[in-house]
Amino acid sequence: MAILIDGNTRVMTQGITGNTGQFHTRMCRDYAFGRDCFVSGVNPKKGGGDFDGIPVFATVREAKQATGATVSVIYVPPRFAAAAIEEAVEAELELVICITEGIPVRDMLRTCYSMEGRKTRLIGPNCPGIITPDEIKIGIMPGYIHKKGGVGVVSRSGTLTYEAVAQLMEQGLGQSTCVGIGGDPVNGLKHLDVLKLFNDDDETDAVLMVGEIGGTDEEDCALWVRDNMHKPIVGYIAGLTAPPGRRMGHAGAVISGGKGTAQEKLAVLEECGIKVARNPAEMGKVLKSVLR
Amino acid sequence: MKIHEYQAKAILREFGVTIPQGIVCFGVEEAVEAAGKLGGATWVVKAQIHAGGRGKGGGVKVAKSLDEVREHAGNILGMTLVTHQTGARGQVVRRLLVEQGVDIRKEFYVGIVIDRSYRRVCMMASAEGGVNIEEVAARTPEKIHKLLIDPVAGLANHHAADLSRRIGVPEAAVAEASILLQGLYRAYESTDASLLEINPLILTAEDRVLALDAKMNFDDNALFRHEDISAMRDPDEEDPAEMEASRYDLSYISLDGNIGCLVNGAGLAMATMDIIKLYGGNPANFLDVGGGATAEKVAEAFKLMLRNAGLQAILVNIFGGIMKCDVIAEGVVKAAREVQLSVPLVVRLEGTNVDVGRKILAGSGLPIISAENMADAAQKAVAAASVEGGAAHGHPY
Repeated sequence: MAILIDGNTRVMTQGITGNTGQFHTRMCRDYAFGRDCFVSGVNPKKGGGDFDGIPVFATVREAKQATGATVSVIYVPPRFAAAAIEEAVEAELELVICITEGIPVRDMLRTCYSMEGRKTRLIGPNCPGIITPDEIKIGIMPGYIHKKGGVGVVSRSGTLTYEAVAQLMEQGLGQSTCVGIGGDPVNGLKHLDVLKLFNDDDETDAVLMVGEIGGTDEEDCALWVRDNMHKPIVGYIAGLTAPPGRRMGHAGAVISGGKGTAQEKLAVLEECGIKVARNPAEMGKVLKSVLR
Repeated sequence: MKIHEYQAKAILREFGVTIPQGIVCFGVEEAVEAAGKLGGATWVVKAQIHAGGRGKGGGVKVAKSLDEVREHAGNILGMTLVTHQTGARGQVVRRLLVEQGVDIRKEFYVGIVIDRSYRRVCMMASAEGGVNIEEVAARTPEKIHKLLIDPVAGLANHHAADLSRRIGVPEAAVAEASILLQGLYRAYESTDASLLEINPLILTAEDRVLALDAKMNFDDNALFRHEDISAMRDPDEEDPAEMEASRYDLSYISLDGNIGCLVNGAGLAMATMDIIKLYGGNPANFLDVGGGATAEKVAEAFKLMLRNAGLQAILVNIFGGIMKCDVIAEGVVKAAREVQLSVPLVVRLEGTNVDVGRKILAGSGLPIISAENMADAAQKAVAAASVEGGAAHGHPY
């Protein structure tokens, strides 16, 4: 089934009545099997109504019980978003995808703590979402640039992922699933978690990992890849020219205390046998070159 | 967001952290008066700028008389302090902190940050205080002791005591050090700080423990619940172009190069800077117009880039998702007309509504250099900038 989501996934939108929630729920519903997949919405104050024929409930638990949705996508404003994630976790959803940008780190620390030992997986926050092309898209990425195929894509960024997908398409390469894990310092699934899923997925032949400065996620990944990955993988790291100590748009993209530089990450990736695209215009080309 | 040392100390004091007595001053006589009020026989006159490394740059001086306070204050106030964190341009000193001198027996380092891998707040402490801690971390990582803190239980007293002993706080001072560390953690937690550093934390001859310096940064995303901290912002310490950008919700960072870049999305913006460099150019800025930019916002973004006198070309790189290419194209045309664009403009558009966008640019009559893809765009921008650069220096192309 590719990874995480496919045409059989049933989704609820938390924050369905806001502008962003409305716009993207429509776009997602109009993509591939979206009409079957997007079954409910949640708004604590507007339970009982509907949005464009999609029933709206006051709580996640009700939405799950009434419509069978096991996945949620969150467009709730930043100051309420962490609580929205916690509600979804308590209702024991399988997967929560939080698009919201700008959630305080302290809120995410507490939310992640409350998720420890629970079954729910979290993607994001501050992410474009997930798409399994020609089946389902959950998030804000333009659906039409994708096509079903064998390359798994995992990335911390939005538009840079679209760029990567466009380059794959230029090489005639479709995608199994594209996962945007988000640009925040404290988030849900990390590159490594997604890589493991791709490694075990029958429909994924190779992986493109798009990283950026800050943290050590990409390095952690590389060490695991060296010993465990049995599929070709290509890495790219954005931010070679980023000055230290400055937050480059993403809250998590900052070189601090001399750690998290692109040079350091690229070196570890290469040491661990990951083929690296140094030129961001050649991600697709390099991926094609490693296909067996 | 960053604040000054004296502001950080005021916050810490509220959380029971012991700090030397001090007074912030804006003038030389004010500093002398402050020293008189504080009493004692020695004082420290400290430049207040946001960057670190002030001591090495000559921004921190010990005075043994009120005349020396006057002399140091006179020298430091108004000076352009250059440290490893200010860049070559330096930062003008406009505020001073005058503090009572303290008898230092031993110096420690304490820092609090987020450990992203463990998703926990991490307190770091070391016996190697008062020096560049980044060097200690790089050369002798075993000298930095780390403690991950449970977000619900907070920093337990016995954990704080254990950390104090590990860095060599003598038994007589462990209780006081533990209370201080707990105060630091509570301050960090309650204010949504993203960084708290005490370098040095000191032990006096009388076994007292004090925070001699203090640095605090805050999570911008949490400032909405801290009006008091937001009010501490010092516009003198910030880049005017970056301040202006934040008013329009643009993410902008000034750099030293000659090619301005306007991009949607932080990752793509970094990649665009990187590819400019790869083809031999230098990015003049990081600029992410975000997903919801309007034509007006794009126009403002252009004006920001054009403030840079060294600008020799502009590269617009847009992959439309939520952001539609026609909106960007309208903004680019509007801006180019308003500001009478004087440098070559290279535009690469891809994604949602790309055909409409390209038509708007082509029909504008503006001398826009259009590019097929990212590599093409970067090469064209670098070539255009080097032609401009040559012209500026009077060379025939």
